[in-house]
Amino acid sequence: MRKVIRDFKILFNTRLNQDYFILEILSPEPLIRIMPGQFIQVRIDKSKDTFLRRPFSIHDVDYENNIIKLLIQIAGKGTKVLSELLPGENLNVIYPLGNSFSIPELGEKVLLIGGGSGTAPLLFLARYLNEKKITPDILLGFRNKYRIIELEEFSKYGKMYITTEDGSEGFQGLIDEHPILTSNKYDRICCCGPEPMIKKIASYARLMNIFCEVSLENLMACGIGVCLCCVVKTTQGHVCTCTDGPVFNVNQLIW
Amino acid sequence: MVNLGFKIGTLSFRNPVITASGTCGYGLELQDFIELETLGGIVVKGLTLEAREGNPYPRMAETPSGMLNSVGLQNKGVEYFEKYIYPQIKDLNTNVIVNINGKSIEDYTLLAERIGLLDKIPAIELNISCPNVKLGGMAFGTNIESSRKVIKAVRSVYKKILIVKLSPNVTNIEEFGKIAEDEGADAVSLINTLLGMAVDIYKRKPSLSGITGGLSGPAIKPVALRMVWQVAKTVKIPVIGIGGIMNANDALEFIMAGASAVQIGTAIFIDPESPLKIISGIEKFLTDNRINDYTELIGCINK
Repeated sequence: MRKVIRDFKILFNTRLNQDYFILEILSPEPLIRIMPGQFIQVRIDKSKDTFLRRPFSIHDVDYENNIIKLLIQIAGKGTKVLSELLPGENLNVIYPLGNSFSIPELGEKVLLIGGGSGTAPLLFLARYLNEKKITPDILLGFRNKYRIIELEEFSKYGKMYITTEDGSEGFQGLIDEHPILTSNKYDRICCCGPEPMIKKIASYARLMNIFCEVSLENLMACGIGVCLCCVVKTTQGHVCTCTDGPVFNVNQLIW
Repeated sequence: MVNLGFKIGTLSFRNPVITASGTCGYGLELQDFIELETLGGIVVKGLTLEAREGNPYPRMAETPSGMLNSVGLQNKGVEYFEKYIYPQIKDLNTNVIVNINGKSIEDYTLLAERIGLLDKIPAIELNISCPNVKLGGMAFGTNIESSRKVIKAVRSVYKKILIVKLSPNVTNIEEFGKIAEDEGADAVSLINTLLGMAVDIYKRKPSLSGITGGLSGPAIKPVALRMVWQVAKTVKIPVIGIGGIMNANDALEFIMAGASAVQIGTAIFIDPESPLKIISGIEKFLTDNRINDYTELIGCINK
């Protein structure tokens, strides 16, 4: 798939809570086909304190209107600048980048697991699975009920399970402690979130022999496989998260 | 039409803009963004005799106007290169230059000999300046005598165009340029990255697994420019300027300071099309200023 550099236009910048916002960006031409799990490299203009682009999972795609949605957590100087962008401003992006989640067989029981900003690629995946006649269970974890995001959106595409660390909503505890992991039998888990969380899910999946793919969030410079900075250790040696990933089968990863 | 062509020894370049080793993969990775035949050349990812895993993650830290890396020469070794990569890049219509690295003088000469056998590789860049490997690399390039030995040894086995890539992590870089010239190098390229580091205050640890790394990007441009100026005044062979070049104006600064050509590196990470924009920017500058041949500008600040 050909990668391109384009100036998109900000249509909406919607603040979800103190940590998260959604950018809806308009392509200047018909969108290139994107698969769930792929990402985009965003140039941060008007920022003296940052230098490199920032990679973001594609949260959703609207081909009819040529819009990409990005769900972004304010985590540092770059994302702070992006959170202040106004409709009408340009956003220079490189896309589509990386590989994607593999597509389940019809009839597979699929669980999507997302923690915090790791929920970002799962909405697009959930909707895509629906189009393929698969209704996944969706397990999302947050710190507390005020941090819950995109619940309504996700609810359209699967059965929802929520965990919060303080128990203010849903199951109290960490994602990997949620009882559905043991009570329900899954053929496939697709997971994205903080590294300690995905490592726990990965070891659970290995133990139970469940097919499991995780999307990694390694630091990147180029995003196109030339700088070799974002590597992860796999059974094939060091490979680039940006080109061989960001989605990996947990059996490939040496953690 | 303005002239952008130049030569290193007998090797012609269609323009003075080359992509730097470690920032353009094997060229193929950039094909979605640029037509490689529009470039003066590409210097492919640093090669070693044996495969190298490189340093553990994290290997990169963003810094003010630049970045640190400690990749550590990750590559699959010369055999893999000959078998699988060379066939894919040998017919690219640009100068494909291989950057070679070693732990010992023997490593360098063995590698130079093998690359010398590849018809479509007209030049090597002798990397004696990688800051991210424990053995070899910068250890050669920061010592006058070992620099002399490795350049002499490689020159004696490699008959095509030999470019020596210099380390900025020395007191008198012009001495290293002089040695390269004395030992028969056809050109020098400089600078490799500057040794630096960063600390993650929340983890209370170095930001890089290798603790120190190589600084690149606009942050190093003034230092690189000064070193290019110093070396260009000292040697008669062509100097290739490298260090934080983001646009045509940056490239022109290097040329006016004495560089015959430039390499574009970290800029590619932010804009993979930047080498093309730099070529057309140089062209426009020449046209606007009614200069027919960019070589008139080489070292013009000294005149």
